Amino acid sequence: MNTLAPDTFDVSVARVTDAPVKLDVQELDFFYGKTQALKGVSMPFAEKSVTALIGPSGCGKSTLLRVLNRMYALYPGQRATGRILLDGEDILRPGVNLSMLRAKVGMVFQKPTPFPMSIYDNVAFGVRLYETLGKAEMDERVEDSLQRAALWDEVKDKLHSSGLGLSGGQQQRLCVARGIAVRPEVLLLDEPTSALDPISSAKLEETVTQLKNDYTIVIVTHNLGQAARVSKYTGFMYLGELVEFGDTASMFTRPATKRASDYITGRFG
Amino acid sequence: MAVSSGHIARRRALNAVFVGFCYLVTAIALLFLAAVLWTLVQKGLAGMSLDIFTMSTPAAGSRGGLLNAIIGSIMISSLGMAIALAVGILAGTWLAEYSGDSAFGSAVRFINDVLLSAPSILIGLFVWYLLVKPFHHFSGIAGGVALAFLAVPVIARTTEDVLRLQPTSLRESGIALGTPFWTVVRAILWRAGGSGILTGALLAFSRISGETAPLLFTSLNNQFFSLNMTREMASLPAVMFSGALSAYDDLQRLAWAAALIVSISVLGVIVGTRVLLREPRSA
Repeated sequence: MNTLAPDTFDVSVARVTDAPVKLDVQELDFFYGKTQALKGVSMPFAEKSVTALIGPSGCGKSTLLRVLNRMYALYPGQRATGRILLDGEDILRPGVNLSMLRAKVGMVFQKPTPFPMSIYDNVAFGVRLYETLGKAEMDERVEDSLQRAALWDEVKDKLHSSGLGLSGGQQQRLCVARGIAVRPEVLLLDEPTSALDPISSAKLEETVTQLKNDYTIVIVTHNLGQAARVSKYTGFMYLGELVEFGDTASMFTRPATKRASDYITGRFG
Repeated sequence: MAVSSGHIARRRALNAVFVGFCYLVTAIALLFLAAVLWTLVQKGLAGMSLDIFTMSTPAAGSRGGLLNAIIGSIMISSLGMAIALAVGILAGTWLAEYSGDSAFGSAVRFINDVLLSAPSILIGLFVWYLLVKPFHHFSGIAGGVALAFLAVPVIARTTEDVLRLQPTSLRESGIALGTPFWTVVRAILWRAGGSGILTGALLAFSRISGETAPLLFTSLNNQFFSLNMTREMASLPAVMFSGALSAYDDLQRLAWAAALIVSISVLGVIVGTRVLLREPRSA
């Protein structure tokens, strides 16, 4: 066992080693009404790689994710202060065009949420909001998105049947396809496999692996093995704070803080 | 602790008694329903003839049918449903998606619930003040509006309930794509709740199609064939009402025929809509 000093890790200098930073969270505080859910979180997300957020339930992982596309703005009483730079532009500043932000930052939820329409229309839905494509182009976009989400082979013969008829795992990959069809730059995955069986989870992980060269991916997960398998960087959060951040390999082999070490070895959380 | 067989036997017996009682009560309810239907079909069929669909309501003792009342009912109910669908679905949507926890929202919801159980004769009287008295004559339009008042709360209520059942994550995934909220409602939530909203609409339709009281205050009745909705208009419930009250056998027979037509139409519309709009089952 390494020697661990509980509070020596300085997250304020959290860095990614190579790759430019796509999303830079700086001094982020977040409030649900009067309850503070995030406390001074600063964290970089490297371009075109996967960053995992881990930590016990209620530590603020999902909250952080929901700030990154400003999903919280739907709910009065929720607010964020600090700065989040997406390609250098602060997305928390008032007057940001939320539709354009969400076109750039896609999201996939914990439970599969296919829209009540055909598989084809599910994928085309978001595209139609931003672009007017001819039929051939749209067909191509739909196929490309389904290919990238590793779902094409399973659905190519039934594109016009309802998306609700797919299995849970397929529905979740359909949601990924729907998210990438609008050509976002960042993809947020909020515990995307927690409602799936092991085989479907493995397929979704494959999908993430396929996507990581083209997208900046942030994945919240309770499955430490999954974090270790798919991510390049990992942030460990606890009680609304980012306790430790670093590249996944060293985080899982030589965690710098006692908390992270305890969590990773299963002593709490 | 050992399981006592005496306990189990007692529980079994109690269960049998209770289940038996449920069956009995259901049978009694069905018996009355069957009796009503039997009388309706028997007496209704006796009054049926080709004249029913080709001639207008007669004076007692002469030949006639229900053509004016059938057309009138279709027009008045269609107007009522058109208004009610627009207002009801939008009101229900507002209550579910936009009103939040506001006091105004709660007030609207409460008033809608009151309207849901309001006596239809009061609605008729209200519309009489609104659309009959100022114009000094009865009209089909007033009849349609009165029926709309009865249908709106049913549709608004079911629309709200159905939309509230849709998971938050469905809304959020629409929003997450950058979809404007109104589009999320229209393209995703309405579609997801479509069959529920349809159920509400059909429920509302069956409620208004037999309503008589509000029509007596608004569209009244008309012995002649008329497509003019700004004037008195015949309707099946109004013919049933006047026929049933009359002392003449032939007018009473006509009323039974009207009753049968109303029942069959409601059944037809409900079954027909369900079949037409059935969700295509996926492979």
